[in-house]
Amino acid sequence: MTAFSGLRERRGKAYRQAYGSARRREANGLTILETKNLTYKYGAGTPFEKTAVEDVSLSIGKGEFVGVIGHTGSGKSTLIQMLNGLLRPTSGQVLLDGQDIWQEPKKIRQVRFRVGMVFQYPEYQLFEETVLQDIMFGPKNMGLPDEAAKARAVQAAAFTGLKPSLLDESPFELSGGEKRRAAIAGVIAMDPEVLILDEPTAGLDPRGRDVLLAQIAQYHKERGNTVLLVSHSMEDIGRVADRLLVMNDGRKAMLAPTKEAFARGEELEKMGLRVPQVTKILQGLQKLGFPVDPTALTVDDALKQLIPYCKQRQAAGPL
Amino acid sequence: MAFIQVKDVRFSYDQEEAGGREVLHGVSLEIEQGEFVALLGHNGCGKSTMAKLFNGMLLPASGQVLVDGLDASQEENQLEVRRRVGLVLQNPDNQLVAGVVEEDVAFGPENLGLPPEEIRRRVDGALQAVDMYQYRLHAPHKLSGGQKQRVAIAGVIAMETKLIVLDEPTAMLDPQGRQEVMETITRLNREKGVTIVLITHYMDEAVQAGRVVVMDEGRILLDGTPQQVFSHVERLKRHGLDVPQATELCYQLRAAGIELPYIPLSVEECVGMFQKLLAQ
Repeated sequence: MTAFSGLRERRGKAYRQAYGSARRREANGLTILETKNLTYKYGAGTPFEKTAVEDVSLSIGKGEFVGVIGHTGSGKSTLIQMLNGLLRPTSGQVLLDGQDIWQEPKKIRQVRFRVGMVFQYPEYQLFEETVLQDIMFGPKNMGLPDEAAKARAVQAAAFTGLKPSLLDESPFELSGGEKRRAAIAGVIAMDPEVLILDEPTAGLDPRGRDVLLAQIAQYHKERGNTVLLVSHSMEDIGRVADRLLVMNDGRKAMLAPTKEAFARGEELEKMGLRVPQVTKILQGLQKLGFPVDPTALTVDDALKQLIPYCKQRQAAGPL
Repeated sequence: MAFIQVKDVRFSYDQEEAGGREVLHGVSLEIEQGEFVALLGHNGCGKSTMAKLFNGMLLPASGQVLVDGLDASQEENQLEVRRRVGLVLQNPDNQLVAGVVEEDVAFGPENLGLPPEEIRRRVDGALQAVDMYQYRLHAPHKLSGGQKQRVAIAGVIAMETKLIVLDEPTAMLDPQGRQEVMETITRLNREKGVTIVLITHYMDEAVQAGRVVVMDEGRILLDGTPQQVFSHVERLKRHGLDVPQATELCYQLRAAGIELPYIPLSVEECVGMFQKLLAQ
């Protein structure tokens, strides 16, 4: 409980800075998702056997926002596919709310409703006649009646910032960014307890990226659901994640509060990763003797430290 | 004469229909041989359309595109134009065709009907240029994203194209892969004199170019050195674009009344500037 509330504090602060004032959610410290010695081998028992995920044990709290990073082939895609039951582990367990998701394999579909997955480039998966029907597909599949499914779809569309006027259009008439929103809305409409997004901002322009990230953060804040965000952009992760899961060569290399993880820049670089540019600048300035906290993850956070210090220095003479 | 000359080009995707949505409204642009140009703009601003005009994949509704003096809209020039301008796309998995790296790179030269020893020379040279020679006998699908993109670039180099247009080549890559591709592009430009047009949404990549062209709503908004273009912080943001974090940080410091000698574009430049300030 206490460990989590500390974490929530830090997250709350990051949010307020990035997205205005945040309502603090109850910190209940409950675990929603847990893995125990999770291992996945492709082609198990064949000469081509390859271990993609090895012995990963981790625990994710209800309502957490976790960033997932790792180089291509580090096992993060395989891991997240095990989390929602798309892949069955070679050994080890995935526990959702304390229950092994493979306890009753016939009910694995239910798990996929509870752990919603937005794949990379989800806009290629739109297929219905209208945007609304596409977003309703998930909730209808769960067995909801049309009216309820529609209500959820409309709400989910609003969450992703999709204009209501677009709901009756064909999904193929939308722009790339709008299609992406529609696809994400389709998963959100199932109201999953855990939402996993695999590179949701890849290929979007800077504004599209910022708006979508802010909307995901807003969704997380209002619903209080758990969110896992996979990204190659350290700047994006730095802005929204409470904790960072770092995968390297199939193993869990770190699972730590975002600031702590990014403070280990040299380790991350060895894994082919980076820290946000602004964090790297502060780390450089600290080496020069600036009395700064080098763990700031956003430009705003950095400015809050640098402006007073530079002013003070400048008052005493040229910086 | 400039290598690429775009003269007052208009383009719309449904040209036959009346009232088709025009995506380029009279764009003029010249690119000299040996330049490294970053082309920026929000989604739908017309930059990918421009890229496809450069190698004759799309033809202008009006105006003219000259490549090395050849009119790209003339059908008889098309083969020559495409030999001069190579295209590398976002998704590496969609552009590799063979089961072995060197066969993939050889695909283009083979299609040109070159003698085998010439193909061998070009393939080896191209793979060395992107630092993938040691992987020449590997299967492309087992490479990392950055390695795949470097093989795709090698495929273009083996055609001995003078201009390589890369349309968001790093969008799907991890940080290491992005760095590999950027280092490869920069080296090809500096050491081999290959002209580069890089379309990207990453501002930290754009600052590595010699020239930055910003497009907005089918027109050219800004055109200059990275220093010149990224000094327009507010203007870029108003048009849905961004600046590198180092630039943003120092721009905001200046706005808060801190005296800085210049606005840096990269992490290294930023830390270096403060180091000099402290030494004074």
